Amino acid sequence: MILALTNTGDVLFAEVIPMSTATSATCPECEAAVPLKGDVEKGEIVPCPDCGAELEVIEQDPITLRLAPAEEEDWGE
Amino acid sequence: MTARIGVLCGRVRVEEKALFLALRRRGATYDRLDEEQVRLSIGGLAPAFDVVLDRSIHHGRSMYALTILNQAGVPTVNSGRVAQVCGDKILTSVALQAAGLPIPRTTVAFTREAALQAIEAMGYPVVLKPMVGSWGRLLAKINDRDAAEAVLEHKETLGSYQHGIFYIQEFVDKPQRDIRALVIEDRLVGAIYRRADHWITNTARGGDAHPCPPSPAIERLAVGAARAVGGGFLAVDLLEHKEGMLVNEVNYTPEFRGFSEATGIDVADQVVDYLEAVAAN
Repeated sequence: MILALTNTGDVLFAEVIPMSTATSATCPECEAAVPLKGDVEKGEIVPCPDCGAELEVIEQDPITLRLAPAEEEDWGE
Repeated sequence: MTARIGVLCGRVRVEEKALFLALRRRGATYDRLDEEQVRLSIGGLAPAFDVVLDRSIHHGRSMYALTILNQAGVPTVNSGRVAQVCGDKILTSVALQAAGLPIPRTTVAFTREAALQAIEAMGYPVVLKPMVGSWGRLLAKINDRDAAEAVLEHKETLGSYQHGIFYIQEFVDKPQRDIRALVIEDRLVGAIYRRADHWITNTARGGDAHPCPPSPAIERLAVGAARAVGGGFLAVDLLEHKEGMLVNEVNYTPEFRGFSEATGIDVADQVVDYLEAVAAN
């Protein structure tokens, strides 16, 4: 879900993240089929079994992967 | 009335999945706030949440989102103020020291020359830490003057302005482990040892988690440290110094998979309890 707080105080909910039943997606690096569990969440990191790239789930319907961004300096816990 | 819970996050790790599962098990309704999509208008009215849990791995995003949400009247776990303090090692050390808690000897300097003088005065070895950063990254143990001169020059030349603010700390010769204690509000959830052959014992750097029996001293320091930085759901790292335990740092979006595996404690479930309590207030 996307949260938008406007200047008039309206709160907009523009996108609901659905549960997915997909079981594979295409690796953006090598185009291999990447197997995924049915309960995969947007934001999860999955490895490509062929090229080893770290991939991030950025959409769930349909499942879309991108190369996971490199670690940034302010990342952490 | 069912609490309306928001979870601010981008990357979903084992911890976030455990939290989502705990929320669903509880029958709680929650919405993910995608940090890549979120837009926060300063001065807007409060969004429709009774509480927002921050699970972003970006300190900058967390700190500003929480601060704006708090200003809009939305309680968050943790607060924007806690994020500001815990995300900055200097502010953390100041808060801990002000609360009377034992911390490693620490000096801050703003030039290479002043930093070198501070290091020589402290005595080798020392540890240089970035002001902002986590997971044990960019820590440097400095054993002699040659290393000090090299690392200080590299930090000042290659890093952002923040690396030119030198955070110098005594090296604590700890027993190949540190202690991580989890605190929720004023209660110690439990503790683990993080063991490693390397002097950096973060689990993100390969440290192994083992159960640590909570002692009154651990409880006093952990709860005291959590309170000193503003309270909430926090991970307090303690070092076993030969003269007593020291508080090393406080993490405000704790990772807890190793903790749960080592202790059997369902941290996610306790966090959901806490969220519901915050929402009810």
